[in-house]
Amino acid sequence: MTLSSLRQQLLAGETTPAAILTRLAGDIAARDGRTGAYLSHDLEAAMAEAAVADLSLPLGGIPIAIKDNINVLGQPCTCGSRFLAENYRSPYDATVIRKLRAAGAIPFGRMNLDEFAMGSSTENSALQTTRNPHDGERIPGGSSGGSAAAVADLTAIAALGSDTGGSIRQPASHCGVVGLKPSYGRVSRYGLVAFASSLDQIGPLTRSVEDAARILQVIAGPDPLDSTCLEAAVPDYLCGLNDGVKGLKLGLPKEYFGDGIDPGVRRQVLAAVEALAAQGAEVVDISLPHTEYAVATYYVLAPAEASSNLSRFDGIRYGHRAAGPVDILDLYQRSREDGFGPEVKRRIILGTYVLSSGYYDAYYNRAQKVRSLIRRDFEAAFARVDAILSPVAPTPARKLGGSAIDPLHEYLSDIFTLAPNLAGICAISVPCGMTAFDGAAALPVGLQIFGPQLGEAMLLRVARAAERRP
Amino acid sequence: MPQPHIDVRYVANLARLELSEAEIATFQVQLDAILGHVETLNQLDVSGIEASAHAVQVFGRMRSDEPHASLPQSAVLQNAPDQSQGQIRVPKVVADA
Repeated sequence: MTLSSLRQQLLAGETTPAAILTRLAGDIAARDGRTGAYLSHDLEAAMAEAAVADLSLPLGGIPIAIKDNINVLGQPCTCGSRFLAENYRSPYDATVIRKLRAAGAIPFGRMNLDEFAMGSSTENSALQTTRNPHDGERIPGGSSGGSAAAVADLTAIAALGSDTGGSIRQPASHCGVVGLKPSYGRVSRYGLVAFASSLDQIGPLTRSVEDAARILQVIAGPDPLDSTCLEAAVPDYLCGLNDGVKGLKLGLPKEYFGDGIDPGVRRQVLAAVEALAAQGAEVVDISLPHTEYAVATYYVLAPAEASSNLSRFDGIRYGHRAAGPVDILDLYQRSREDGFGPEVKRRIILGTYVLSSGYYDAYYNRAQKVRSLIRRDFEAAFARVDAILSPVAPTPARKLGGSAIDPLHEYLSDIFTLAPNLAGICAISVPCGMTAFDGAAALPVGLQIFGPQLGEAMLLRVARAAERRP
Repeated sequence: MPQPHIDVRYVANLARLELSEAEIATFQVQLDAILGHVETLNQLDVSGIEASAHAVQVFGRMRSDEPHASLPQSAVLQNAPDQSQGQIRVPKVVADA
């Protein structure tokens, strides 16, 4: 059941918002004990909103699950961290939540994530393990793993996630759902707990491209409360959705199809490319020559920004405070030591180091320059092509229990999703088939599509064509 | 080129993290490996390349200077770990005179 078809049922009077919520709550009770996608959900509060839902609005009466790093008034916002798990309640709505409500949607459910959105498996959540609905021994991907797993497990109609280096697209790919990272500045981040402010974007995880378009339509646009949010007008993302790819030029970057890709992933992605060609797209080989530097660039810049952003978690105004501090320094140090998990500490230390005196030019400044080179790669490519096609991840979902041992290995698996965040362009993951992998008979594979800055309409049009192939 | 080496204990103190000895040992190996990979950026000639702090260059955008309601004091204080008389309470931060 997609959001779009559920909306038809609501408008036809075949169901009600309360009936939808009741069924979801039943499905969560029946299945989420195994999947572990939800950290919490408040049925009573959602029912109160359902009772007054205006079905004439674009998302009227539709429940949307929310990654637990986006503030919803009166609800927890744990960020998957012990730091905020004890008693934090959001004192305000994030702008995306205000916009969802204004469109009639009902925020329902707080979805698990890697702590402060740092990770690619959701194993870095300090609170709960989330399992891939296709294979319970495997990761759902991350960091928006709870959002992706619930949409795939049919315990959510659609969800919001956040994407700093692939955190919407990679779990969408691993769980077999659609995941859209809008262009930098397209969607307000006011009320999203900041990880890396020059990279973070909020976007939808859904069961169809049309559903993603409907949610983007509502959450996109300028916001006086986020100065990085662009003033550009929001086009109608639905009107050209089914225009097809005939006559479009699609680029295949050779750097995204080299060694290290699982053969099943390569086969399914190339089959999706062929299907787009069969629909009339012209597929051309292109090069994004600085791709190999994306991991090194990202793992300087993102931790640097994180180390600064996470300095606000000091045990003073909200969140965890260590008991019996002898002085203010002891309070800071022990509150942060107790409150943060290992991946967050690793990135804070890395980020503090690359920003420290004597290392700033060698690491941070150099990485910002390489970021310019990566952005120029895309500018040159989009002068030639309308959209770019690639895998989302080198392999399907791996088994649970791998990330703690070798973080560098885990970081390197992010290679295909980091560059769009560094370049500020939009990107989407669309399911493109299943493949056997590492003892599993059938795991989902995602096709990734890159669009130019603010090119979401083109991106969604290509994604829709990729989705509808026979 | 020498292998990069990070003084984990020193940097953790800068970041106001009090790590255990076991954490320091683990992070040492992991962070040195990550910085070893970051060294690949030195293969590129970046002379004359501008630094990108953001992917999209937006400068000095201000919202209109109009008064609007702030969060009420009670909403802000509800999450404070320790409070007294409408304020957040912290350990003493100034020495006795």
